[in-house]
Amino acid sequence: MTDTAPPDDIAAPDESAAPEPDTWHGVRIERDSAFSRGQLVAHPTIDQYVDFVTALRDDDGYWMCLDVIGVDYLSFAAPRGLPPGVAPERFEVVVLLMSVNDRSRVRVRLQVPAADPVVPSLFDVHPGTEAPEREVFDLFGIRFDGHPDLTRILMPEDWDGHPLRKDYGIGAIPVQFKGISNVR
Amino acid sequence: MSADLTDTAQALTSEGAQELPSRTGMGAKELLREAGAVLRMSEADTAVLVADPGEDQTMIINMGPQHPSTHGVLRLMLELDGETVLRTKPVMGYLHTGMEKTGEDLTFLQGGTNVTRMDYASPIFNELAFCMAAEQLLGITEAIPARAVWIRMLMSELNRITSHLLFLATNGMDIGAVSMMLWGWRDREQGLRILEAITGLRMNHNYIRVGGVAADLPDGWRDMTLRYLDGLPARLDEYDVLMTDQPIWRERLQGVGTITAQEAIALGATGPILRSTGVAWDLRRDEPYLAYDRLDFDVIVGSYGDCFDRYAVRLNEVRESVKLVHQIVDAMPNGDYRIQDRKVTPPPRARIDESMEALIHHFKIFTEGFKVPAGEAYAAVESPRGELGCYLVSEGGAKPWRMHIRPPSFMHLQCLPHMMRGGLLADGVAVVSSVDPIMGEVDR
Amino acid sequence: MVKLLGIDSDVGLDGADHNLLTGTLEGLVKWARQKSIFPATFGLACCAIEMMGTGGPHYDLARYGMEVFRASPRQADLMIVAGRVSQKMAPVLRQIYDQMVEPKWVISMGVCASSGGMFNNYAIVQGVDQVVPVDVYAPGCPPGPETLQHAILTLHKVIASGELTRRREDRGGGAGILIEQLDGQTAGDEPVTIHGSR
Repeated sequence: MTDTAPPDDIAAPDESAAPEPDTWHGVRIERDSAFSRGQLVAHPTIDQYVDFVTALRDDDGYWMCLDVIGVDYLSFAAPRGLPPGVAPERFEVVVLLMSVNDRSRVRVRLQVPAADPVVPSLFDVHPGTEAPEREVFDLFGIRFDGHPDLTRILMPEDWDGHPLRKDYGIGAIPVQFKGISNVR
Repeated sequence: MSADLTDTAQALTSEGAQELPSRTGMGAKELLREAGAVLRMSEADTAVLVADPGEDQTMIINMGPQHPSTHGVLRLMLELDGETVLRTKPVMGYLHTGMEKTGEDLTFLQGGTNVTRMDYASPIFNELAFCMAAEQLLGITEAIPARAVWIRMLMSELNRITSHLLFLATNGMDIGAVSMMLWGWRDREQGLRILEAITGLRMNHNYIRVGGVAADLPDGWRDMTLRYLDGLPARLDEYDVLMTDQPIWRERLQGVGTITAQEAIALGATGPILRSTGVAWDLRRDEPYLAYDRLDFDVIVGSYGDCFDRYAVRLNEVRESVKLVHQIVDAMPNGDYRIQDRKVTPPPRARIDESMEALIHHFKIFTEGFKVPAGEAYAAVESPRGELGCYLVSEGGAKPWRMHIRPPSFMHLQCLPHMMRGGLLADGVAVVSSVDPIMGEVDR
Repeated sequence: MVKLLGIDSDVGLDGADHNLLTGTLEGLVKWARQKSIFPATFGLACCAIEMMGTGGPHYDLARYGMEVFRASPRQADLMIVAGRVSQKMAPVLRQIYDQMVEPKWVISMGVCASSGGMFNNYAIVQGVDQVVPVDVYAPGCPPGPETLQHAILTLHKVIASGELTRRREDRGGGAGILIEQLDGQTAGDEPVTIHGSR
């Protein structure tokens, strides 16, 4: 090794070097995402999902699961706001977690493929997800493996289809407004 | 016997798949799992659940969806051993209105009219959560004028008073104090008159808009409000005499529908249910929004997590809200009642005649809607029922891509099986009433 | 017996003491029906809150003999469908209506019950008249207590005039009367100035 300038293949520490991705319990997180307006967001894979939520509950005090929300990004035209390395899928399951002691919240965004929308259930970690997971199943068709009673909760039992999907129409009937004269 | 009942119900109301499966086939592990065994039940509770009462002794009956307890269209399938409730399955969806789907079809200005009809007993909170989430997406949360913020707080606290009076009235009637129903409505009416004078409507106001509120407070609002507040403390003391100190009331509510703090947290309960168990969690104090950090109030907390504590928490929250409204009336700042950013707020009607720009803005905002940058946001407020949150995803257009309301009552219905287990059927009515669910927000 | 009533058999009823009221049987039945209607509890959504408010002390349904909301449809005459009817609730609605005993009437309270209201979508039945015959439509979102009372009084009028009974026998349909929304009549004495244009 000579004493001249450093070899070309060692990059100078400048902006082109990508920073270490932020992780927490091995899951990719974003601390100040612009898309999520500054909320701390975690992007686990389907395999990491339950273990991550369990670890947050047991180690970090995120005892409350406030909600499990489904989103269908079928024809979403804007950038999805996902960090590099997280592949966007059609469906997303968003879980809102909260720590009462620290007064802080974590949002978990899980990408769910359209071809096989099956996700492990959080029921054994947070029993309060029983009803919200049923709602996501009812309205989006995402199945939750391990849920004790995965049946429709809002629509009638024999309803066909999942209404909140983007390819399900709103079902409006055409209305013609006309004036009525014999009003008492 | 239970199979017959299920068949008849199925034939008439096509509700076949909603069943409470017979417990004779279920092993101990399955029963525990159904009851959310991760809650770590005590030995005694587990024994009650798993004990086999013998063949032909339990009956599965249906309570609702149309029943006189005025909590809307909730159906409870109860497994009874005599009068004792063993297992409960709440069946909801009878008021599903497709509001989240409708929300994707309405602009951000129209969204308030939709959301306000979810929790129809306290409509201001729905509008507030929705507008706060939309403002987070727009990035204008800090730019909302002070007067708009304080008007929002005034409306929230007035709505909290009227909603809790509704709870006291219906709770009283369900337990048997029918005069409470009349007294509660008497006081609620005066509150509704004030809301009508300010917003134009008694309910479903659509008053809180993105950027502020729809109109300024009318002349004479201070006198109107103070007159209302002056009458309330005496009335609340009357309720104390009628209910709190009364032995029958206490017998019926103390020790009934108990839930522990761990169970409440595990089930996602917030609001008066969580506070009645002793956890002092109130978003107004712990994650302050609007200007609640400038106001002085107490967070009312119970100790036993039973129906009596929930009733007492709400009664005293009315007192705290009266205190809050007094502070707001004293400190109401002058200024704009909505943000002046013309991209978001429609211009005043008079300006439309004078300025072409104003006309165009008005036209665009009311027909196409204003565009909200792409992103996702979640905003939560402390409604009379608990944490009411709005999760919005925007694509950059004028209509939300996804609009979801996190309803407190939806989560609280999950607590019903725990609270009702081991109690009598009559206590079940008291429990449902103390949870104070509003089915509009449960089913959306 | 006739002597007991004070009636002289030669003079007939004209000579009776003034402690007799006469009328037709039909009139008496219609009067009794309109003055003591028992509503069935069918509050669904926001309109139910306004319906309860109408039963409260400020607006008072008891002056019409109607404050007793019967939970059992067998004992009720009037079904006030107060609120939006979802697809899941429609069979239940029909079942409750069928269990009511004739004569029975239906008031469709609010725009959601009358036509689906602002919810023109997959989840809401677009007008409860698709499920049960409706006699009076009360518009409003929600109709205030004044409008609901106007609906009830309109119903009283048509019961008294016999319009309804005849129509029911003919085609089993409801009267289908639309009323005006009359809210804000009793809001207060002082006029209020709203500043919305600044």
